[in-house]
Amino acid sequence: MKTFWQRFLTNPRVVCGLIWLGLVTILAIFAPLLAPSDPFAIVAEPFKAPFSEYVFGTDSLGRDMWAGLVHGARTSLLIALIATVSAVAFGTMIGGIAGYYGGFIDDILMRMTEFFQTIPSFIFAIVLVAILTPSATSIIVAIAIVSWPPVARIVRGEVLSVKGREFVQAAIVAGQSDSGILLKQVLPNTLSPLIVTGSLLVATAILVESSLSFLGLGAPNLMSWGFMVGSGRSFLRDAWWLVAIPGVAILLTVLSINLVGEGLNDALNPRLRDL
Amino acid sequence: MSDMVLSIQNLKVDLPSWSDRAHAVDDVSISVREKEILCIVGESGSGKSVMAKSILRLLPEPHVQVSGGSIMFEGNDLLDVADEHMRVVRGGRISMIFQEPMAALNPLMRIGRQIDEVIEVHTSLTASERREKVIALFDDVRLPEPERILTSYPHELSGGQRQRVMIAMALALEPALIIADEPTTALDVTTQAQILHLMKDIQRRHGTSILFITHDFGVVAEIADRVAVMRYGKLVETGTVKEVLSNPTQDYTKALVAAVPSMTPRHRPSERPENSILVINNLVKTYAARGGVFGGKSKAVHAVAGVSLKVPNGHSLALVGESGSGKSTLARCIVGLEQSNSGEIFLDDINIAGLSRAELRPYRDTVQMVFQDPFSSLNPRQKVGDIISLGPMLKGTKKDKAWEDARDLLGLVGLDPKAVDRYPHEFSGGQRQRIGIARAIAMKPKLIIADEPVSALDVSVQKQVLELLDDLRKSLNLSMLFITHDLRVAAHVCEEIVVMRNGVLVEQGATANIFSNPQHEYTKALLAAVPGEDWQQRS
Repeated sequence: MKTFWQRFLTNPRVVCGLIWLGLVTILAIFAPLLAPSDPFAIVAEPFKAPFSEYVFGTDSLGRDMWAGLVHGARTSLLIALIATVSAVAFGTMIGGIAGYYGGFIDDILMRMTEFFQTIPSFIFAIVLVAILTPSATSIIVAIAIVSWPPVARIVRGEVLSVKGREFVQAAIVAGQSDSGILLKQVLPNTLSPLIVTGSLLVATAILVESSLSFLGLGAPNLMSWGFMVGSGRSFLRDAWWLVAIPGVAILLTVLSINLVGEGLNDALNPRLRDL
Repeated sequence: MSDMVLSIQNLKVDLPSWSDRAHAVDDVSISVREKEILCIVGESGSGKSVMAKSILRLLPEPHVQVSGGSIMFEGNDLLDVADEHMRVVRGGRISMIFQEPMAALNPLMRIGRQIDEVIEVHTSLTASERREKVIALFDDVRLPEPERILTSYPHELSGGQRQRVMIAMALALEPALIIADEPTTALDVTTQAQILHLMKDIQRRHGTSILFITHDFGVVAEIADRVAVMRYGKLVETGTVKEVLSNPTQDYTKALVAAVPSMTPRHRPSERPENSILVINNLVKTYAARGGVFGGKSKAVHAVAGVSLKVPNGHSLALVGESGSGKSTLARCIVGLEQSNSGEIFLDDINIAGLSRAELRPYRDTVQMVFQDPFSSLNPRQKVGDIISLGPMLKGTKKDKAWEDARDLLGLVGLDPKAVDRYPHEFSGGQRQRIGIARAIAMKPKLIIADEPVSALDVSVQKQVLELLDDLRKSLNLSMLFITHDLRVAAHVCEEIVVMRNGVLVEQGATANIFSNPQHEYTKALLAAVPGEDWQQRS
């Protein structure tokens, strides 16, 4: 029987995804070293083509595209990761409590979850950011608020199936408290689907963040890929790279996360692949 | 060779590379003669089911596939014939009965239509002729009210009735061979006895051959003409039922036969001590079935309907009953997994009935439980040491001490003390059940409630675990309430037996007395239904 890591790391799609994500992560971490200048600073005349003095050229105001790309990676990853972790934490709490206690508590929490799920998520995010005034924090809050319901539903389903197992009864008979059982016995057994969902949520979060920035609802002082696409949009005919470079970055990052997420799913549920 | 219905020669079935062995079936040659019942006996993992499935090409290919040998049936090698021919054979010439009839029947289709479909596909009978035939089949398998069953859905029938429907379906096209894969394992003993009787009867009347797969030597003694014993994919021994059961030549067969729990009670009725660790008075547990959306009248299910019993200090009491008798509910009430509606549960002279989980916490070290399914009762994400030391640590024992105790306990239940650092999936079913027992005695309880602790285990492992429980009980001076559906198991470990049915006790007494002189009709029926009873009394 192959171990999890063997199954995960021998999957070529996972390897491709991980390579790109590794690259983006390095860019994000070392952004100030790789592009020391302020990404908003005007460094040369506008519309300089790529591979001239500047690797990726300059945009409509003469800002360095490379600096934008590098600092944008930082913004995208940071916002997406924090938002996803918050969504997963909140969703796990709601789903765990609903599934474990069942009955009335379950009904209330699940109706609340459904309420959030029925609102079209992107429009909801736009409204939230507009109300809270655009900032990194408000974007994170908005993404987390629209992302937690599916997590809650998945965790609830897993908890429902795990809590019927005999080891949970054994813990009750041993005298463990409800919170102890939920945290130490039940939730660790819901980890696999949670990791997969969480990884795919990061991809969605990057897309939502980019879309918000594209619409001008991004954090005003942070360079972002979506903002770059948005500001280059009107010059698409004359300077394709303004849109293409950040656009491809978004595409490859989201694709890579999906590949890794699918790979995690295959590796964590080997039976799925055998059938 | 002309009287051979099915002849399997040197059959080899490969397992995928990641399995623990290369072949599920390794060079097995068996033949089924005309009008005989051949039983294939083996423990889990012996390859008996895989072999049966390979006959009808039901293997989960490509991971498990036949790699050699031949399966001759009516002049053709079933491994070579075209798929179209195989469809004619399947259902038409060879039919199959599965272990779980509920899973084998379509839950959304009326019973009548499901059998009708089989006949429609394979014959050119008209609708009314088919209907007549189905009713005749229902008569044949002794189903009551055939007209009603025709229009019923599977969930409306009992387990025994569903298995009768499966047998009727298997018989529909008068096949030459019926393959029955553990057809009575999921049934209650009394139902099992009826189904075995029916299969034998039908085999005699129709002259069909039956390939019967089972793990239970009692069933073998009851039904087989010839027996083949399998282990690790290899054929160990074949012979007539008399030869194999009374004079096994191979060590493995001898061990298996010896492991079948005998019907002779092992414990002499001893003096009943005055004090009882557990006294239950008039306990009632009712489940309110949820009413409809509009609050329609809800039906109450009386799982335990006024039960009174005592477990004397240091004694072991078997609670015997079939599924739905309320025996597990009773156990769950005692350990506080369920709240009883009324009645008293005195545990060491303290009434714990009606206490909440938190209020019960101080009494957790008086009573502990051993669970039924060793694959579900251990948390797969915790180390064995964490699992065993959970209770003591909640009681305030320091981690180092609790783990040290866990090592000793593992030694006590016959496992390597180093197992504390390993995870449950590294252990077999019997080993896992030992870990479950270690967890129960880690709390140093006075009373152990064992809920069908061996029903998920193979016979040879079953025997070892029963002996372990018996030894521990004596050496630690434990009392035990042992819940089981199997009278043979009860005879093995318990001094006293209470028989439960539909939520009430029908009979109680010393094991020896119940076995030699049962009073209640139901107890008599249960005793008569134990498979292989005649064989055991002879030997």
